[in-house]
Amino acid sequence: MFDDQSPIYRQIADRIKTEVLNGTLSGGDQVMSTNRYAAFYRINPATAAKAFQQLVDEGVLYKKRGIGMFVSPDAREALRTRRRESFFAEVVAPMVAEAKVIGIPLTDIVKRINELEEHA
Amino acid sequence: MNIVADGLRVDYGTVRAVDGVTFSLDGGKIYGLLGRNGSGKTSLLSVLAAFRKQSGGTVRVGGRPVFENADVTRDICLIRDAGETVDIGTAADALDFAEWLRPNWDAEYAHALMDRFALKRNANVKAMSKGQRSALGVVVGLASRAPLTMFDESYIGMDAPARYAFYDALLADYMEHPRTIILSTHLIGEVSSLFEEVLIINRGRLLLHERSETLLARGTSVTGPVAAVDAFTTGLTVLNTDRLGPTKVAMVYGDLDETSRRKAVEAGLELGPIAMQDLFVRLTDPDPATLNAPVPTEPAGEVR
Repeated sequence: MFDDQSPIYRQIADRIKTEVLNGTLSGGDQVMSTNRYAAFYRINPATAAKAFQQLVDEGVLYKKRGIGMFVSPDAREALRTRRRESFFAEVVAPMVAEAKVIGIPLTDIVKRINELEEHA
Repeated sequence: MNIVADGLRVDYGTVRAVDGVTFSLDGGKIYGLLGRNGSGKTSLLSVLAAFRKQSGGTVRVGGRPVFENADVTRDICLIRDAGETVDIGTAADALDFAEWLRPNWDAEYAHALMDRFALKRNANVKAMSKGQRSALGVVVGLASRAPLTMFDESYIGMDAPARYAFYDALLADYMEHPRTIILSTHLIGEVSSLFEEVLIINRGRLLLHERSETLLARGTSVTGPVAAVDAFTTGLTVLNTDRLGPTKVAMVYGDLDETSRRKAVEAGLELGPIAMQDLFVRLTDPDPATLNAPVPTEPAGEVR
């Protein structure tokens, strides 16, 4: 279920962020309770609560007292902005490093990107 | 239900099984109690449940001493490995006895659990398999809804599906009826995600008491070229190392700050987490030669 490479609460938080980014969860949607998450992943509810707290701190979710957790109206846009900021460092740089190691010229990568763009 | 142990000692003749254990548990959480065979887990739990009197020190549950104190012990339920019901007759007799003993007994829930574990009410407990007896113990332990519920390796003989049914039921019932639960187990990989806090005892002493996430955050595996790993881990507590040709893996124990993490990555090292089971195995390693620095002693009984 988990990749063991980062704390469980962070993986849950990342999954919810992905769901917000790809539109599975929209602004104003209620997310499942910590207890549902805990039961589903077979984890202590405090761990699930920690994931939610992280998302509240980041402004992705907000709490309605006595009702539950909801997706912030601007969560998707905020996450997109943040991912755009880290895209070159976290996605492009490792790709370029990998290309260098295995001997793919950067011009080939650019060419391939242009092909993909044409087919899209 | 909070639990406070102070200088707790259990002696069997000249053998000291529990050697001055001090801790304070807030209660209302799921605690993991880990220790190697013979580390004193069962002796400790037996004292908490008033099955046995301590040889020294004190233990208070909900602020009150437990031994020969019926007001307290009716709120404490300890389920041992093969269940506590072997000589009782049928499974139904065991449930009736628990119902008589336990003020919070939920008979309907007990029946649902009996079905979940495919246990027959008219089955003779003595004729049951080890796994069935363990499952019956789990039914009694969960349906008792005791404010302090302890399972001491209660999964013995249960197959994997039954054990996962136990973990799921435990978690669901804990969330619906929050109470203090202590799980003593050797199957750490299966249940560690259920623990909010962990206590590790080793040779009768408390080695550490931490929030699970704090303990896990303290373990880091460092992988890379031998020289780079050695350079990075100099001065750190290394619990274990492994080599595969030019690659070395070191298990580092201690908090690594952002700066040293960045340094490691810049040096071409890979950092990863360490599973609780692996940390446990190394932290309780009886051969101190495997440590190149002493394990930092934790302030016993305090969770930071």
